[in-house]
Amino acid sequence: MTKSNSVVIIGGGHNGLICASYLAKAGHSVEVLEARDTVGGGASTAAFAEGYRTSGLAHVLYGLNAKVCKDLKLNIVNPSFTQPVDTISLQRDGDHLTLGRDEVSANSLSAKDLEAYRGFKKEFRGYAKALQPLMMNTPPRLKDMDKKDKLTLAKLGWSLRFGLGTNSMREFLRVGGINIYDVLNEVFDSPALKGAISVDAVLGQHMGPRTPNTVLTYLQRLWGETQTVQSIPIGGMGKVSAMLETTAVEAGVTIRIGAKVAKILVENGRTQGVLLQSGERVDADIVVSNADAKTTFIDLVGAPQLDAMFCHRVNSVRQNGDVAKLHFALNELPAFTGLPTQQLAQRLIIAPDMRYVEHAFNHSKYGEFSENPVLEMTIPSVSDSSLAPAGHHVMSVSATFAPYHLKEDWQQDSRDAFVQRVTETIEQYAPGFSASLVAFQLLTPVDIEDQYNITGGHWHHGELSIDQSFMMRPVHGAAQYQTPIDGLYLCGAAAHPGGGITGVPGHNAAQRILAMGDM
Amino acid sequence: MPTQTDSHPATNFREVLQPSPFQTRIDEQCLVQEWMSWNGYKTARVFDTLASEYFAVRSTCSVMDLTPMEKYRITGPDAMAFLNRLVTRDISALKPRRVTYVIWCNDEGKVLDDGTIFHLSEGDYRLCSQHHQLDWLLLSSLGFDVNIEQETHNIAALAVQGPTSCSVLTAAGVTGVERLKPFDIGYSTLNGIDVMVSRTGFTGDLGYEVWADPTKALAVWDAIFAVKEQGLFDIRPIGLGALDMVRIEAGFIMPGDDFNTAETAVRADRDRSPFELGLAWLVSFKKPYFTGKKALLAESKMLTGRRLVRLSVEGNKTPTDAFLYDSKGGSRIGTIKSCVWSPILKMNVSLADVEFVKGKPPENIWAEIYYQKELEWRATWAKCTMSTKPFWSHPRSSITPPNKF
Repeated sequence: MTKSNSVVIIGGGHNGLICASYLAKAGHSVEVLEARDTVGGGASTAAFAEGYRTSGLAHVLYGLNAKVCKDLKLNIVNPSFTQPVDTISLQRDGDHLTLGRDEVSANSLSAKDLEAYRGFKKEFRGYAKALQPLMMNTPPRLKDMDKKDKLTLAKLGWSLRFGLGTNSMREFLRVGGINIYDVLNEVFDSPALKGAISVDAVLGQHMGPRTPNTVLTYLQRLWGETQTVQSIPIGGMGKVSAMLETTAVEAGVTIRIGAKVAKILVENGRTQGVLLQSGERVDADIVVSNADAKTTFIDLVGAPQLDAMFCHRVNSVRQNGDVAKLHFALNELPAFTGLPTQQLAQRLIIAPDMRYVEHAFNHSKYGEFSENPVLEMTIPSVSDSSLAPAGHHVMSVSATFAPYHLKEDWQQDSRDAFVQRVTETIEQYAPGFSASLVAFQLLTPVDIEDQYNITGGHWHHGELSIDQSFMMRPVHGAAQYQTPIDGLYLCGAAAHPGGGITGVPGHNAAQRILAMGDM
Repeated sequence: MPTQTDSHPATNFREVLQPSPFQTRIDEQCLVQEWMSWNGYKTARVFDTLASEYFAVRSTCSVMDLTPMEKYRITGPDAMAFLNRLVTRDISALKPRRVTYVIWCNDEGKVLDDGTIFHLSEGDYRLCSQHHQLDWLLLSSLGFDVNIEQETHNIAALAVQGPTSCSVLTAAGVTGVERLKPFDIGYSTLNGIDVMVSRTGFTGDLGYEVWADPTKALAVWDAIFAVKEQGLFDIRPIGLGALDMVRIEAGFIMPGDDFNTAETAVRADRDRSPFELGLAWLVSFKKPYFTGKKALLAESKMLTGRRLVRLSVEGNKTPTDAFLYDSKGGSRIGTIKSCVWSPILKMNVSLADVEFVKGKPPENIWAEIYYQKELEWRATWAKCTMSTKPFWSHPRSSITPPNKF
């Protein structure tokens, strides 16, 4: 590195901050422009009612990458910072399932299922691990490959063939493209256990357990287990972003909040910097966008600066969200039937069986929200009482399915009806829950789009389907973190390998930018 | 025979080919009943004899039904910007009442189609193309405030081409024809019908295109052929057979015939860039971004590997589909795409796809021609010569006002 370049990063979400830190450490002058008044994007802690705060969007930390943590010296796995959690799948009869990394427990489970769980997790974690070379690298092009592309493919091939071994590789190739419904039916007997596992394959996606591709989404989630332990940050997800902000600033990154980018400036096919909504022009040699593909290309660059088919591909990315976020302010802890109070700090889910999850998804296909939604709940005030007034609590809920395009739009009636569906669902497991409600906030995918500047309000800035993954993420022509505009890069969830608080897109983008000749 | 007026949507399925608004007259005049499909329309290849139709274009006056040509109306605040992003040529300076020839490419800089843009009036454009382009136009419209309407069926058009075409139209009552320069658009009336007349065509000769409301199509046809009844001019309807002859003489390429359009090419090397078609003059790198610019800019820095060229072929054997070699019996370097024995030039002329070496054309080109003599196949070799100019051109095609007859 001989020359220091000026880099502007659009969006101070966790990937933007991580990418910024890597680039700054490599000697570049980096400025992060964040539209909102805090950094973190979806990984934030925000007040939703007077005196009540909780994680803005993401609330469970399940895959912050180990290499990123090591490189940036992020001390995340630390009892004062995060609380490791298991997943508890609530049952109406109180015989809840506790799903750990390797073990599952519940009175109802047969010895066969208990044993099968161990084997299943080991086997599938193996598959997820085998994808490591692909996850931590720029997705290789299949045409016009360079040395790096060939090396990545070779590593992936080696990892699948020799890392997994013949039998596991054969099994991986069999299940890789199919649905989680069939796989779980092959492995387990207990409907409750199958329902609980299937949630991790569909949460955040427009997919039900029977949708092909759900094994892959499950593996992407499971990959997190090869990196870190599932945990809930004490004080909300904003704590993670605050740590990343500190790291970035210490590395020399300048962060500007309330700086919404209106346009990415392009001249003769090369980026010149950005234009802020305030009218201010920020010149830069390199612009890195942490925004989703539609926002980046259609809104900020503008279709007239790009090829028509490329724009069409970007515009066709499936990135309409299906998860609503609900924040409840409670005047007492909910009393889930048969669940000891000390277990309330865990990740709680409601998905009694796969049929329930599939039926919940059916509604979404037809522009309706689920009659019986699938819920993922955390009560972060259990481990950090500062999030709510004394004696009170906050509950953070990811509720699916709540489609971006609702047939009758997300008008007040629909919003009220959906909140009622969610509270009634919780009430079935925690009688008296509704009575403890002090205030609430509903963020539909449309609200998420508006408030977090994510077109479609999708968790992953685009479905994690095979046709939108790897060398096709977000689209062919922009899948190597590079874009058709020279000097413009992608570093967010829209890029490989997708969303979740992993930091991997930010890390990979930085490596790519540093490896490019123009830096 | 069904006509435009009795082709009700509910009975459309009975018609394998769609009738043109001129169909009643075309059916009357088409003596040999040699039909073909042009964009789904029932179109005559020949009306009586190919030779008489060919010479109508080159010696008197020909009339051809242009209605099947794909036509799109482009309007809205961003109409110009949209078209300029679509095509490779800079059309920002195209004035109202002017026409220009354009090509457009996909993202990889490979040609999708060619056509003409008519700037009808300020901000109101018509794009004419060889092939159906609505899906590509709609797809390209993302980010532009533009309205795109397919109007192929809503506009009836006749090509009136040949040395006496100006005189014929004037005699028919169209005013101001003689003032139109090549690629000009004028508005007039014919037999009391509003018509648009453009000095455009696909023959390389003096000629005009007359555009009108399809419900008035027969009256327009009759008004032009009424001039013939007066006994002053010979006017003949021509089919696509004669058109193909004159367009090859004039060196006009036909997407789909002379090269695979990018949309239809399956194999990686079967599509063609403007440079490979010898159309570099249509590509402007100075204007704002257009689809394919990045790819074309990269290609422009490399040596051309092949080119569509005009070849005259010695002898009297038409080199249909002939292979081309660098010497008699040497290495194969290309193929003939379109060819015709030119009656007016008395020679074989063709368009051919030829491999270049290090950006340079081959020094010698030989065609291996297969021909039949009394049902027996024979082969012969003919020397070919590349021509940088159209094989046939005539001052009358460009002078204004044209000579009176």
